[in-house]
Amino acid sequence: MITINVAMAVVLAVLYSVGFYLLMQRSLMRILIGIVVLGHGANLLLQLAGGPPARAPVLGTAPAEDFADPLPQALALTAIVITFALTTYLLALGYRSWVLTGHDEVQDDLEDRRIAASERPDGSMEEDTEGTDEIVDPGSAAASNEPVEAPR
Amino acid sequence: MTTTPEKVPFEQWDAPEGEWTLTGACPVRTNRTLLLEAATRFLFPTILVFSVYLLIVGHYAPGGGFAGGLTAGLAFVLRYIAGGGSEGAEIGSRLQLRPPVLMGTGLLLATLSALAPVAFGAPVLTSAKISVLGVEVVSSLVLDVGVYVLIIGVVLDLLRSLGSGIERDAEESEGP
Amino acid sequence: MTTLVTLPVLLPILGAALTVIFARSAMVQRLIGIVVLACVSAVAAILLVAADRSGPVVVELGGWPAPVGIVLVADRLSALLLLVSTVVTLAVLVYAIDQRISDYGRDTASTTFHPIFLLLSTGVSLAYLTGDLFSLFVAFEIMLAASYVLITRRTNASRIRSGMTYVIISLTSSLLFLTTIALVYASTGTVNLADLANRVAELPPGLRTLLSMLTIVTFGIKAAMVPLHFWLPDSYPNAPAPVTALFAGLLTKVGIYALLRTQTLVFPGAGPSAVLLVLAVLTMVVGALGALAQNDLNRLLSFLLVSHIGFMLFGLAVYDAHGAAGTALYIVHHITVQATLFLVGGLITRRTGTVSIDQMGGLARRSPVLAVLFAIPALTLAGIPPTSGFVAKLALLQAGAGATVGTAVVAGFVVLASLLTLWAVVRVWIRVFWGAEKEPLPDADPTDELVVGTAKTSKPMYVATAALIAVSIAIAAAAGPLSAVTERAGTDLLARTPYLEAVLG
Repeated sequence: MITINVAMAVVLAVLYSVGFYLLMQRSLMRILIGIVVLGHGANLLLQLAGGPPARAPVLGTAPAEDFADPLPQALALTAIVITFALTTYLLALGYRSWVLTGHDEVQDDLEDRRIAASERPDGSMEEDTEGTDEIVDPGSAAASNEPVEAPR
Repeated sequence: MTTTPEKVPFEQWDAPEGEWTLTGACPVRTNRTLLLEAATRFLFPTILVFSVYLLIVGHYAPGGGFAGGLTAGLAFVLRYIAGGGSEGAEIGSRLQLRPPVLMGTGLLLATLSALAPVAFGAPVLTSAKISVLGVEVVSSLVLDVGVYVLIIGVVLDLLRSLGSGIERDAEESEGP
Repeated sequence: MTTLVTLPVLLPILGAALTVIFARSAMVQRLIGIVVLACVSAVAAILLVAADRSGPVVVELGGWPAPVGIVLVADRLSALLLLVSTVVTLAVLVYAIDQRISDYGRDTASTTFHPIFLLLSTGVSLAYLTGDLFSLFVAFEIMLAASYVLITRRTNASRIRSGMTYVIISLTSSLLFLTTIALVYASTGTVNLADLANRVAELPPGLRTLLSMLTIVTFGIKAAMVPLHFWLPDSYPNAPAPVTALFAGLLTKVGIYALLRTQTLVFPGAGPSAVLLVLAVLTMVVGALGALAQNDLNRLLSFLLVSHIGFMLFGLAVYDAHGAAGTALYIVHHITVQATLFLVGGLITRRTGTVSIDQMGGLARRSPVLAVLFAIPALTLAGIPPTSGFVAKLALLQAGAGATVGTAVVAGFVVLASLLTLWAVVRVWIRVFWGAEKEPLPDADPTDELVVGTAKTSKPMYVATAALIAVSIAIAAAAGPLSAVTERAGTDLLARTPYLEAVLG
């Protein structure tokens, strides 16, 4: 069984909490950054599963006992490739959303709202107002504007 | 908005004023950086050669098809940034090859090389040392070449769709 | 023989590569897709016979033996599920091809659709066959990446939201899976499932429970287990009918398969698992009640899908050979019937121009064929005898009643959920097929992928749907031999030794 040192544990904790926090945002760009950070956290954890940091898994560079386990590094490499591909995909999706709707916010499910509204005709739905507040958030909509406004 | 120079005749391919390593579709923009453009002319072939080195050395040392392919892809990214322009399909070169075909070829090569050992009675994905013209080559190099080509295709396709595709969209929405 | 095990993974990749290269010719693309999937079905059938006769077929990739190298294993369960999944994929492909022909014309080729469809098939095959936790992750990623593209292809403003939800949730679950793998590797030093089975047993019980719970959460998200189901009814209904059918048929079942495999092989329990039993009841009841509240036909079917995931969880939670056998049989039945229902839903939508049940009516008179096509899978899903649903549910009920008092009580919930399912589909039947005839609505957005309303529906689309119904009837007709196979598969799963011996030698 492998244990890790405190510094690495703290780094992991920060990466995971920042990642999950960003995942809960509305803007797809922030979610994208959240996924990237979370991916780094997961990959770092995978690396640490192969032994303490700063050891090379390359044959002949160190005696056997100081030799990092190469398998987690191979796994992490694969995972990095996958995360890389999906990040570009999310970027494209964000751009697509910007083209189609003018922002990259992930919105509420309309059908859910409709069914909920039909169950509660009073319409005392604080979630709903919250939702609309978020949707018109100008900051993130403007932020997603930037890469597309090509300078001339 | 863009000026596409006439194609240079083959005899003058190395003429200094030619497009040489750039696609030639340089947008006339105020933010065009000559320094980057000039540096790209040296860096582009250098990076490509280095990527091939990474590809070949990959079996015994750090490197391999993915790393090599990504490095080569970066060379194309550099060239795109230096003088890409909106001619997405031609980003590769004057060679009219669509990026998806490149991806397909790479994938095909990799899959076939995985299946090839079956013909020699070995399990799938087995690799062996083969002597080619006196040089010892590992047969899994074919798989790496497949990955290399596939990754270059992916990067070129990304440049086409996310790079020049977005630029084109922006130009269209702004009007001429 | 062992090379055959790799073909379900390699052939679709090969097909994907060829369809990308021949992106200009629609005809060649279609031919490649159909030929590849037909070949994979044949291979899966051979593997099933071989695994049933002489035990799991194992191939060591690159000749590296088990704990070090990657192995692909086809035992009874994986070969059976592979066969059913590929047959369903093939039928859905035929449906999708004909939908594309009737919507866009005969010569419309696509650089993305066919390659991505085949890649999805690769991912599913690899997930069933792999004997390695990390390859399972890779398989999930291939499958999910392909599904992201399929669900957001030619999307429009109203559909992109659901696509985003799906992608973000799936990515999060994938990263959780990666974390699980890291923790498993750190504590045991292996990712090979068979090797893990031996090494996890030596871990302290607390750590073992943690790892077990992490896998349940990870695969629970992918399988849409309540309370991790919320993304499914939100995202599936918004994709084109063939895509939804494929997702509903395969993706969640792969999650269930992964749960079944890891819970029986790596984290074996002593008796019925209380946690899983509670989750199964929740999934069954919440899904069925959710379905009753819906007015959107596809969302209703999605909630029913969630509800029936609970049935499969129940078989797993019973945790004996009969329970595992019941789950295997239920997966086989449910893959076919759920995909069929979504395909029929697509046909209904093309006919009426809407997914809203309120705006449909009197369809039985206008299109009797559609009524029959809906009625058979709907009754199968509800489990009316003598359909395959009845056979599968009976297996589950017997397993539940025979184990402990707790499982017998949960078996009562199985009956309740079946009745609720019946209620939901009968409601659809009354509102959509009976009553006053309503005029079809025009296509709300002619530019998007969903062509509805007055759209022409070609015969092959009906034929593909009918073929799936035939498969489901065949499952009912062959219930005897089939349940014998699943019974042997369940015994294998619980005994563990056939798998371990085949992999570790």
